[in-house]
Order: sequence, then structure tokens, then C-alpha cells
Amino acid sequence: MSMLHRIEHVHDALAWEGDMPTQGRYTAGIAGERFLREIQENGKLLGTACLTCDIVYVPPRLYCERCFDHLDEWVEVPPTGRVYTFTLVHLDLDAKPLPEPRMMAFVQLDGADGGLVHFLDEAEPEDICIGMRVEAVFKDKTERKGSILDIAYFRPVTACQ
Amino acid sequence: MEEHVYDSVYLRSRDFEEGRALFETWDPNARYAWDAGVAIGGYLRGLKAGKLIGRYCPECGRVMIPPRMFCEQCFRATDHWVDLHDTGTVITFSLCYVTWDMVRLEEPQIPAVIEIDGASPGMGIMHILSEVDPDAVRIGMRVQAVWKPAAERTGAITDISYFKPLG
Amino acid sequence: MSRNRVAIVGAGMTKFVRRAQETAKELAWEAAHLALESCEMTLDDVDAVVIGTAPDAFDGVHMKSEYLSDGCGAWGKPVMRGYVGGGTGVFAPIQGWYHVASGLFDTVLVICEEKMSSCQPHPQAAFLTIFDHTTERPLKPNLLWIFALEMNAYMNRYGLDKRDIATVSVKNKRNAADHPAALLGDPNITVEDVLNSEVLAWPVQRLDVSPVTDGAVAVVMCAEHVARRATNKPVWIEGVGWSLDTAYWTNRDLSYPVYVEEAARMAYEMAGITEPRKQIHIAEPYDPFDYKELHHLEGLLLFDRGKAPEAAAAGVTQRDGDLPVCPSGGLLGVGNPIAAAGLMKVAEIFWQLRQEAGARQVPGRPKRGLAQAWGDLMQVGTVVVMGV
Repeated sequence: MSMLHRIEHVHDALAWEGDMPTQGRYTAGIAGERFLREIQENGKLLGTACLTCDIVYVPPRLYCERCFDHLDEWVEVPPTGRVYTFTLVHLDLDAKPLPEPRMMAFVQLDGADGGLVHFLDEAEPEDICIGMRVEAVFKDKTERKGSILDIAYFRPVTACQ
Repeated sequence: MEEHVYDSVYLRSRDFEEGRALFETWDPNARYAWDAGVAIGGYLRGLKAGKLIGRYCPECGRVMIPPRMFCEQCFRATDHWVDLHDTGTVITFSLCYVTWDMVRLEEPQIPAVIEIDGASPGMGIMHILSEVDPDAVRIGMRVQAVWKPAAERTGAITDISYFKPLG
Repeated sequence: MSRNRVAIVGAGMTKFVRRAQETAKELAWEAAHLALESCEMTLDDVDAVVIGTAPDAFDGVHMKSEYLSDGCGAWGKPVMRGYVGGGTGVFAPIQGWYHVASGLFDTVLVICEEKMSSCQPHPQAAFLTIFDHTTERPLKPNLLWIFALEMNAYMNRYGLDKRDIATVSVKNKRNAADHPAALLGDPNITVEDVLNSEVLAWPVQRLDVSPVTDGAVAVVMCAEHVARRATNKPVWIEGVGWSLDTAYWTNRDLSYPVYVEEAARMAYEMAGITEPRKQIHIAEPYDPFDYKELHHLEGLLLFDRGKAPEAAAAGVTQRDGDLPVCPSGGLLGVGNPIAAAGLMKVAEIFWQLRQEAGARQVPGRPKRGLAQAWGDLMQVGTVVVMGV
């Protein structure tokens, strides 16, 4: 016996609407707080190093995910790196066109095993290639809030080969 | 076992307000449109028509409200609709003095589970009681639905404004 | 059915706090790291990981288990997440148990974590979605309604006195004063304090309720041959049980948690327990509200229906009573980070049976205890019986 039922009129297809009225509030955490304060105060990037596994985590972490040690070896990493991958984003979260497409990249930072996902600017999409060298552009100190957006974007340092 | 307890860093509300703890916020903007489905679709149509309806399972013989297209105990399809009464008995109730976000109410709201006449014993629905002195509410009290006028009914549980003492 | 014996050999936890600065991952790592340290194991010893964490909406991270995974030591390992609302904290070690009992893994790390402070303006905003979206939410319910409705049904059915129920809140908050991780320990609280506290949704008053909390707990579970090398005091999992009742909560008899009885019977049968009142020496039932501890004790068949309140008022469930209940201080005293709360109870039985509970130690060298949790829409019972 089939459970599938047919309705005669589209108006009989009833939908009930509702929402989940939450807002997420996320602390930076113990490691994150130090990372973001360093960006805010000094315009510098920090990572944590696991000496056992020979990994430098950026963003810095409190612990090594591989050996589970507590990490208290903080190192400065330069604000430069290479484009590991990139994309040009055309749509917003509701799948509507953005006023202007934005370039995003995952930048693998020099001296680190990690990197940052961030905006790319001061270049046209056709000028971007995987592997190209880029550098972080920080906002003016007066505008920095202790957020990842205290970095305005990354820009190319050299042209693509 | 004290040595196996980590001293988490305790933040106060003002640590956020005064910028001592960095944080980000995000509004997930989660909105939904749930299909009423076959059973509840019928239930809502019944409410618009000014009546409560249930479903019957021929195996266990239960008349169930809220109605469902399958019996969860016998795990088979239910057979047919059953018109129920709009009167019932209070199985349990509460006097609630706060809103969900903890704002104090002067007059309590009175949510209740009401066993509906015509359905099997114990078959209750949640609704609100009103037109009654909070101190006079009792488990076992007989109540009846107070309906919105037909023109204002939309096919919702709120087509019943509330239940009030019978008589 | 052939099964391997499984023991808990180590445990660790974070302090339970109202708002932690640590991220959810950091909380998970702190607990997991301490648990491994407590039995001198490393991540290399861990074969699989079980993560228990209740709705993604509380921490506000979609795919929360995957997010927590690196803090749970799960990098590159088999992982499973369990999620049965408040029942998760006892369900996760049950999952850990069958990972090992099946013979598939020797050592499993079980972590439960919750960071409810992320959910603004109040976790109720997410919790409320448990009500049916079409037949209940339009009535603009408050989550407290469910508990108040259940509490009233229970009290009415057995003619219970609120005063007797309030003794549970007093006992647990006082017990918690001896728990190093407790949020609400209070050595001086009285029944009058509870009865005079603000009425939220009668019969529920403010001091009948456990708080919104952040925290994490972890335990290490091993097969027998590993357990005996790891410690000279393994605590064996003797029985597990879990059962789920219908989501049509308005069709149920709210005065008795039949789903807890079903879970308990499953665990008792496995543990060979025929007289729970004699054979269980300590109980940690789930106590998000004071009446629930009593409700659950009856479902666990440790007291007759309607009789737990008078036993509590008579002192039977104090730490030095005939059947100590929630010597940890429970959710009412230690706190209620949803999934972590249940595992805190399992850890408490672990420490108690090893005589390591410090100021909370129950006298008389107890040999067998149980932990029980509850959750979803008042639906699930999860039970673990442990023994030495």
C-alpha cells in the first residue's frame, strides 16, 4: 500500500514557517587571543611550533593535533607567502550576485605549515596564479580591532612567471 | 583527582562588553519552511474548520492526537480520520512567570497538556489555559476550547485561542 | 555472544564555568590531554575516538564533531559522534564500550564537550526548536514548560511535597562544594533558600534548575589486556543500556520515566544485577532539575514509584547514607554543559570506585556504581553500570 498522497490544489500544500533565533558568539580562545592581539598591537603574525613533529601552526594552536603536546613555543612568521590556491567569488550567501566579484586565496605563509584564507586585492584575476608570492596588507593601527580583518587583504609581491 | 582538572578561564559578561576577551559573532539567519505533511496538513485543515481530528490504528486500536499517518508502536499505517471533541481534561499544567529569554511576566501563562475527549486515554496536546484564576487550576479539571471566529481561522493550532474551564 | 571486557583506566575534565575563554576545541583538548596523562598514555596508544556533543547550535559550529576532532586526538583516526541530547554523556562511553567490546579496537578515547555560552542571547533560542514546529511552537512556548509540566505530573500523581524535592538541590549543591570543577557548589544552602527562590514556571523555581555551562570531560577505555597494564585499578563496564521513547511527549505518562527503566533493565541484565537496591552502591542519575534525580531513581528501580522523595528527605541518598546519590554534586552543583555533564557522572563513579574522590569520597569501599543520563524531548535513557 502506497503512503504517497496526491493533493488536488497547490494551495493545499501547506508549509509552516519558522526560524531558530540564535546568534553565535565565539571567543578567540587562549591561542587565538594572543594571535589576534599581536596583529592588533604590532601588525605581526604569530604561530606555534611543535618541536616533536616539526610543524609550525598558523593560525597558532594551543596543542599539536598529531602528538597532542601542549604548545608554548611561539614564533613570529613573516607576513609573506605563496598562493596555494585561489578563487573568484561571484555570489553571496543567498546565491545572489555580489556587487563586485571578490578574489579569495589560501595563502601558505613563509616559515609555517599553515596559512590563512583571506582576500586578494590590488590585482586582476587574470594576474593571479598558484604559487605566486604575496604579502599581507594590514589596516592602519587605529582601525585594527583584534580581528582577522585587521589584515585588509593580501597583494602580489611579484608577477606570475 | 584534582590534578586531573583543568582550570578553565572564567569570563564575565563585562569582559566581553569591556573588550577584555576578543570574540566574533555570527547570525546564522536560519529560516525554515516545513512541509505540514499529510497528517498535520489534515489536522490544520480540521482546525480551520473548527474541529480537532485524530487518526485510528486498527492494530492497537488507539485513536491518536496529534494525528499521524503511521502508528509508531505498531509500525504500520493508520487507517482513517476520527472527529474528536473540543473538550478535554487537564493532565498537567504549569504557571509560567518568565518568557523564554527570561523576562518576568506579571500574569502567569498557563501551559497545559490536555487529554482530548474522543481520543484514546492519555492522548493529550499542549495548549494554553485562560479565563481561569491561576490558583484555581487543577489536574483533572475539565476544559473546553475557545475558538477564533471562523473568518479569523487560518489552519493553525492557534485557531484555538486557549482552553477554559468547562461549563 | 562473545565480548571483550572493557575498563575505564583514566579520566580528566575541565572546570565547569559559565563562560569559558577557551574555544570548544581547546576545552576538548584540555580534558582529553588530562585523561591520557592520568593513565600515562599517549595519542599513539589511542586506536579510535568517540566524541559526544549535543546540538551543533549551542557551540554554533556546524559539523561540530569534525570541528572538535583535532582537540579530541582524532586526527587520522576512526571517529564516531554520538548525540542523544542530554543522554549523550552516558551514551558516548556506551559507544566507547562497544568499540572495544567488539574486538575492533583496544583503546578508545571518549570525550564529551559543550560550550553553551556561544549561543546568544540564550541557549533556549536553540533549545526551543525541540517543540513541534507546527503544533507547538506557535504557542510561543518556553523550554521550562516541559520540565514544569513533567514535575507537576510527578508531584500530583504521588502527592509529593516540594520540600522533599528541594532537599535534592541542597544535597547536590553542598556535595559540589567538594568538587574541584564545580560551578555552583554551596556548603551553606538550605531548603528554605530553594523554596524561597524565584518561581520560574511553577512548580519549577530558580534553585531547582541547573545552569547553562561550558566544559569538557574525557575518559580512556581499554580492553582487558591493555587495562591491566595501564593501571592496577581498572573500573570495569559491567552493563550498558539505552532506550528511546516516543517524541509524542503529550501522549506519555509523564509521572514515570519508562525509558530509564528500559535502559536500566538492559544494563542490569548484562551486569547480572537482580537486586539493584542491594547491588548498586552509588548512583549518579541525571539531575538537571532536582525532581529529575528522584524521577530517575525510581526509573532505575532503586526506589518504588513515588517513594524517592521521602527517602531523600530522610537522608538515605546523602554521601554517608545507605545509597549515596550524586556524591559529585551532579548537574545542580557541578554544572550542566549538556554532553559533558553525563560523562562527569561516569568519571565520578570511576574516581569513587578507585577511592580517589577526595573530600567527596563515599565511605565503605563501594564496589559497584551506575551513571545515568537523559535527554532529547524527555525521551532517552542511557545507563552504564561500573564495578571493581
